[in-house]
Amino acid sequence: MFFHAFLIKYGEIGIKGKNRYLFEDALVAQIRHALKHVEGTFKVTKDQGRIYVHTEGEYDYDDAVAAMRRVFGIVGICPVVILEDEGFEKLGDDVVAYLKARYGEDCDKSFKVQARRARKTYPKASMEMNAELGGRILDAFPGMRVDVHEPELMIHVEVREHIYLYSDIIPGPGGMPIGTNGKSMLLLSGGIDSPVAGYMVAKRGVKIDAVYFHAPPYTSERAKQKVVDLATKVARYTGPIYLYVVNFTEIQLYIYEKCPHDELTIIMRRYMMRIAERIAEKTGSLGLITGESIGQVASQTVQSLAATNEVCTMPVFRPLIAYDKEDIVTISKQIDTYETSIQPFEDCCTIFVAKHPVTKPNINVIKRSEQKLMEQIDEMVDKAIETAELIVVG
Amino acid sequence: MEVYLDNSATTRCFPEAARLMYQVMTEDYGNPSSLHQKGVDAEKYVREAKEIIAKNLKVEPKEIYFTSGGTESDNLALMGAAHANQRAGKHLITTRIEHPAILNTMKELEKQGFQVTYLPVDDQGVVRIADLEAALTDETILVSVMYVNNEIGAVQPIEEIGKLLKNREKPILFHVDAVQGYGKFRILPKKMGIDMLSVSGHKIHGPKGMGILYVDEHVKIHPILFGGGQQRDLRSGTENVPGIAGLGEAVKEIYTDFNEKIDRLYGLREYFIEEIGRIEGTSVNGPRGRKGAPHIVSVSFAGVRSEVLLHSLEDKGIYVSSGSACASNHPAVSETLKAIHVKKELLDSTIRFSFSEFTTKEELDYTLEALRTLLPMLRRFTRR
Repeated sequence: MFFHAFLIKYGEIGIKGKNRYLFEDALVAQIRHALKHVEGTFKVTKDQGRIYVHTEGEYDYDDAVAAMRRVFGIVGICPVVILEDEGFEKLGDDVVAYLKARYGEDCDKSFKVQARRARKTYPKASMEMNAELGGRILDAFPGMRVDVHEPELMIHVEVREHIYLYSDIIPGPGGMPIGTNGKSMLLLSGGIDSPVAGYMVAKRGVKIDAVYFHAPPYTSERAKQKVVDLATKVARYTGPIYLYVVNFTEIQLYIYEKCPHDELTIIMRRYMMRIAERIAEKTGSLGLITGESIGQVASQTVQSLAATNEVCTMPVFRPLIAYDKEDIVTISKQIDTYETSIQPFEDCCTIFVAKHPVTKPNINVIKRSEQKLMEQIDEMVDKAIETAELIVVG
Repeated sequence: MEVYLDNSATTRCFPEAARLMYQVMTEDYGNPSSLHQKGVDAEKYVREAKEIIAKNLKVEPKEIYFTSGGTESDNLALMGAAHANQRAGKHLITTRIEHPAILNTMKELEKQGFQVTYLPVDDQGVVRIADLEAALTDETILVSVMYVNNEIGAVQPIEEIGKLLKNREKPILFHVDAVQGYGKFRILPKKMGIDMLSVSGHKIHGPKGMGILYVDEHVKIHPILFGGGQQRDLRSGTENVPGIAGLGEAVKEIYTDFNEKIDRLYGLREYFIEEIGRIEGTSVNGPRGRKGAPHIVSVSFAGVRSEVLLHSLEDKGIYVSSGSACASNHPAVSETLKAIHVKKELLDSTIRFSFSEFTTKEELDYTLEALRTLLPMLRRFTRR
């Protein structure tokens, strides 16, 4: 069956007054972006409080739907058949033909017709249309019956310049359109958690940039490529991601030489947060995002989180903070980052890790250890930020 | 400076072979099975390549089969011969240090009801004839031993094994995986008692996706692929004519001025091993001199993780492997290194340098210099 257009349904709760147009404009922009790589020509328009995607010529239906299902803010996608207005009699024929093609000759679902006259000059009123089209359907399908309260099929007939006919709603991801809630910087490792964290915050309408800490030769080009691949997967939902690749080797080795080994991970993470925050400030992000989850590893105990949090003034969003690993894995499989995440390359958090890292770091002790870095660390941090490589994905 | 010392993983294609392939792809692109002139022209390339290879091995052209690579050649030889000869017995013998293409095919055959003996090796990575003799039974139908081990370059006593197997009352089939040995040794199957021989194209400066399987005409063997019956019904599928032509060209080139090239490689290898020995905390794995292959040097570097050293060398333009490149896809500890009793703490500290006829002394000096600079630095930062 060929669908000429899609009606996009979006959650109206939370869109208040003047903000509505911002929300809608962002949604239109995101849909356009999502469809850019789909075979076919699409026109996305905002019209009388509705967002339509019109297609021109042939297009890849499955890909188009899949792409729109990744656009945050969309609650439902309705594939629409557009009919020429050739009189009400013909409309009845067309509706019956549509139902036969879509649900089979012996369709036995309960239904309700929901007509809507956007063109008020149409000769029949909505109520009349509902009743008469309902009659035609009952005549054509002996098994179907009307149910105005909980119909299995809601058959929408919308009279515009042409007549729009639709009866299916494909669920969208919900959330809010990217760009309606500012921008934040995701600390992206190669693991399972951080891409999921980025996805979840993005779903609330936050545009995402990302930072990755690369430690050659201790981490390989392939480990970096893996992170680029992950960012690309997340970008399918978030739109283009600016990925900053920071060379962290020098800082890591310096900490390793100067500080107690069991504090290495905590101190390293404190510097990662500091660097991420500086890049975030420079590039217009308002918050940081991490994939941390309480108690998952030594560096994510509440004490450790407090110690890493202490270096930032920006809000740090930790959407996974109370999630179990299995739940995180489930989402990572849904958003298709899992397979990439589990590729076995070392990231810079694991290479020098102590056998027994501190799990209850004392901030004062950590600060004292960091004193030992005074001589060169500021210079190293500046250099790491200046030399960060920018990769744009998506 | 770019120094490619990973020739056991793959080699640069000879330009002449690549040119010939381009010509076959764009001009003489016929299907050898077609009856018309285009087909005849294409068939000529296949015939010529077979002749070059047969002449080099001193066998008949009809005993040469083309496959998609070393892995397929090994699969066809083991599966095909085991199935065709299983009425004579279901016992197979190989070694613990074979390539996964052999080991995993053997595992599959075990699932199908065959018994497989995996021979140990000595500290140099060489199979002992006595162990083989002891493992032979009346049920044994096939022995498969690699010519050169891909990780440490140990050369196996192929000719001795061949003799042993042929002199038995009931001769036993002998397959040799010569993926690392071909192009580095003159291999004469008929003289050495080899019934089947696997060769890979891209290890000898030929194209990837090309392999050879030599099968002695008296060997009973079943196909593992079924289709249009090309290559005497043993290997169906339209011949990869450009690949075959390129491979033939590579064989011709690699065996040109052969002794001179090999002597030079052995010279380079000894030099490299000597110089490496002068660096603190290094140990060379596998046999020295002519008991080893001319192109493989396996070195353990105490206190350095191989992957880190590999990337540090890469940073200086030097390309090497950690352990065996094929095994590097899934980081597992090398079976070969374990089999020759490399110390546990060195298993993850071992690098393979592998040369080709294009390798120069300057490149080795550059590599040695890089090692001398990098090692002290890397050893400062090891996992405490």
